[in-house]
This record gives sequence, structure tokens and C-alpha cells, in this order.
Amino acid sequence: MITNAENYFSLRRVGAMVLRYLYLLRHSGPRVLELFYWPAVQMVLWGFITQFFVTNSSWLAQASGVLLAAVLLWDVLFRSQLGVSLGFFEEMYSRNLGHLFVSPLRPYELICALLAISFLRTLIGVGAAALLAIQFYDFSIFSLGLSLLGFFANLLVMGWAIGLMVAALVLRYGLGAESLAWVAIFALAPVSGIYYPIAVLPTWLQPIAWALPSSHVFEGMRAVLVEQRVLNEHLLAAIGLNLIYIAAGSALFLYAFKVARRHGTLLHIGE
Amino acid sequence: MRQHAVGMPAIEVHNLNKQYDSIAAVSDLSFAVPSGSVCGLLGGNGAGKTTTLSLLLGLLTPSSGDIRILGEDMLAHRYRVLGRMNFSSPYVDLPQRLTVAENLSVYAHLYGVHGVRARIAELAEALHITAYLRRAYGTLSAGQRTRVALAKALLNAPEVLLLDEPTASLDPDSADRIRSYLMEYQRESGATILLASHNMPEVERICDDVLMLRQGRLVDRGTPAALLERYGRATLEAVFLDIARYSEGVE
Repeated sequence: MITNAENYFSLRRVGAMVLRYLYLLRHSGPRVLELFYWPAVQMVLWGFITQFFVTNSSWLAQASGVLLAAVLLWDVLFRSQLGVSLGFFEEMYSRNLGHLFVSPLRPYELICALLAISFLRTLIGVGAAALLAIQFYDFSIFSLGLSLLGFFANLLVMGWAIGLMVAALVLRYGLGAESLAWVAIFALAPVSGIYYPIAVLPTWLQPIAWALPSSHVFEGMRAVLVEQRVLNEHLLAAIGLNLIYIAAGSALFLYAFKVARRHGTLLHIGE
Repeated sequence: MRQHAVGMPAIEVHNLNKQYDSIAAVSDLSFAVPSGSVCGLLGGNGAGKTTTLSLLLGLLTPSSGDIRILGEDMLAHRYRVLGRMNFSSPYVDLPQRLTVAENLSVYAHLYGVHGVRARIAELAEALHITAYLRRAYGTLSAGQRTRVALAKALLNAPEVLLLDEPTASLDPDSADRIRSYLMEYQRESGATILLASHNMPEVERICDDVLMLRQGRLVDRGTPAALLERYGRATLEAVFLDIARYSEGVE
């Protein structure tokens, strides 16, 4: 009646978990609305600010899309992190971890499912906002060309890494640490150079900024939009850093899972 | 279904310990449950029943000791056997917003069940939950949830079934139907069932063997009939009280 559950990795099991999150979205209007809501609101707000600045700033007049592009790319990072964290929280809210981990589902298969659903959520939310920007502000994020793929992928992976770290902390310390999902990424915003070059930061803060993949992405984005130059060194630095970040996020999550098995929290953790 | 040899232990536990700082949740626990039998795990609150089940399932790592299920070392190779066992507990929920059918479908895919729809329909009919398949799990009563959890536990036709209070929250009629279904399932499949329960008549009715736990230790074991004879009592509940109160007296 059952297929071999001894496989070390099963796309079927990952697919089952993705299906579980899609079912949840299907039944929850507010969750679907939330996918679109913030990216759209941000886009409208910064669209008007941009329109104002374009007529009052010579720098922005040269590159009117720089703020809108920054808003959209920042949302890629934020949405991808939330997609992972919230997906995991759903299991904790519903006290479902005990059932999940007595099934053949491996922790790393759950990670893959969380990453897949985060990708879908990000694509839907930010994609809708990108279309709004074309419609209302005549700005297309696709004007970044092929670089956009690199920027999107790097911010997505960085968001995944932070999302896994937040999930690990919540697995370790319980839902009391849940608010980290909403605030953690904002701690990185000032040093990511979203709306300004890293050179604006104090000298002592700049090495910290360069240790973030997001700083390289936003610096690269400005180079494309303002100077029409593709800075491959930033793209490569972001990729290298992201390899470290995603490895660290996954390792921390798997370690937290191991500790949870030692402390017995998988069965009891929940609301 | 792959069958473990009848008569061989389906569950073997040797010198199992689980320590939380200075508290011993399970102490030097050793027992074996023969394949194809139904074994009851009895004990008061805090006796270590749920901890023992969690250790057997791999949800909890022991401080020391060995666990073998269907011949596999659970500490080293639990994924070789998790697909051949299952579990149900009123203390672990399913996602509330998903319908019953969606929940069962997700778990059927996780366990690699072939013919998902047919299996869900079969179990739904047997456990009288067909009418709820399209309802959100969160809208069900406690008794209905217990039956859905049991359906989830039977999806993969497990060779080893671990049940934590399988008839909790059920009215006497529903509880009786569930017990009958479990006995029928066990007879037909030859599965091994280990159930933790506070319901003594239930244990007397369906268990071949009973393990009595107190403060994480195995204090007695035997068939229900042997325990009644040994303690000179008419019911297992009286035996349970004798053991609990004797232990308190000794302390």
C-alpha cells in the first residue's frame, strides 16, 4: 500500500507539504490578500514620493526608477523571509509538528517545501506590485534586464536564510520569539543601502554592510539604473555570501530541530 | 504490507532513560511487545506514558538506552521504519483550516499511500467521518477530531500503531465502535498496537498484555487476567489503584 519511505529525499513528500500550504492559502482570504497588500501599498506610496522627487532632485531625475526598484527588490527580501517563517509558524499554530515528524518527512524536506512556497508567495506578491508600477508610474522593474534575475535570486536566498534562522529560534524558544519574523529583516534595512549608497554610512559600519548580500544587490541595482553599468563583482559577492548565509540558516534550523527532539518540544509546542 | 515475523518482538526497549535536568521522566525501562499483539500502557498522570510513546516515535531522544521497532534501531535508522508505523493522540492536532479530506490527503502523500482517494474513502466510511470530509478540521467536535486523527493514523495501514488515549472525548457508542474497528484492523492486518489509556475497561477488553508505569518505571506487567488474579481484584481499575497506592505507601 505504501511506497518506499526509506528514500533520503523524496520530491513526493516535499510536494505533499507544498500542497498543504496551498490548501491553507485556498481557505484563507486574508492570507491571500496579505500577499498583495503590502507590496501594493508600498508601491503606491513610493510611487508618489518618486514623482515628487523627480521634479525636485536632479539625481533622481536621471534615474527616476531607482526608488521604485529599491522598494520592489526590498519586498523580495522581506516576502521571501516571511514566506519561510510564516510557513513554519503555521505548523506550530496548528500543533501539527508531532504528526509531521512521526511521518517519513525529513526536516530538510520540510525546509525545501518552505523555500518552494516562499518562492511562490514572493513571486505572486512582488509580481503584482511590479505590474502596478508599470500601470501607474510607467516604471518597469524588467528594465533592469538580466541583472534583475541575479538581484531577485540573491534577495530570495538571503530572505530564505533569515527565515530559516527565525524559524530555528522559534523552534528553540517557542512562539514568544515569533515577533522576530516581522522585525528581524528591518534590523538589516539601514545597513543594506536600499535607498542610498553604502558610502553614506559611517566608515565603521561599512564592513558590516558589505557582509550582507543585500548591500551588494542594491549597490548593483543603482549601478544599472543610474550609470547603466553591470557590476559583476557585486553579483559574485552576493552569491558567495548567500552560499554562507543559506548554509548557516539550514544548519541552525536542523540544529534547533535536534535540540527540540532532546527537549521534547516537538510534541508540545504550539499556541 | 511487509509483515514482521509473528511472535518476534515488534517493539523492543532496553534500559531506556529520559532525564530532564534532575527529573527522570523514564527510568531504566525495558520491555518487548510481540508482533501482532495489543499492549496497554497504563499509569497515572506523569507516569511516563506519553514520554515513552514520544521516545518510541523518535519525537524525543533518550538520555540512554535502546529502542528497536520492527527490528530496526530507532536511534540510528528511524526513517527505515517510520513509514511502517503511525500514531494518534488527542494532544497533537491537524491544521485547522484544511478540510478533513485535505488533511488526510497531505498525510497520505507523506506516507506514500497508493490510491489516496480510495483509501481516504475507505477509512472515512469505516470511522464514520464521510459526512465531515469537506468540513474544516477546526470546526469539528473533539470526538470527531479523534476519529479523524485515527483515520490519519491508519492511512498507511501501519504495522505498528501507537495510540495515546484513542477513545478520549468519544461518547460510549462512538468509543465502542472505534474499539471494535481497532480490534478488527488488528485481526485482519496482524498489526502491533501499543496504546496508552486511562480507560481501564477499554484496556481489559482489547489488550493482550498490560504494562503498568509509575514515575517513569515499569512496576508490573501481565495479561489483564493475570493481573486480576495476582492482585485478587475484579477489575483492572482496582489493580491500577492498588499499584498506585502501594507505590505511594512505599515512598
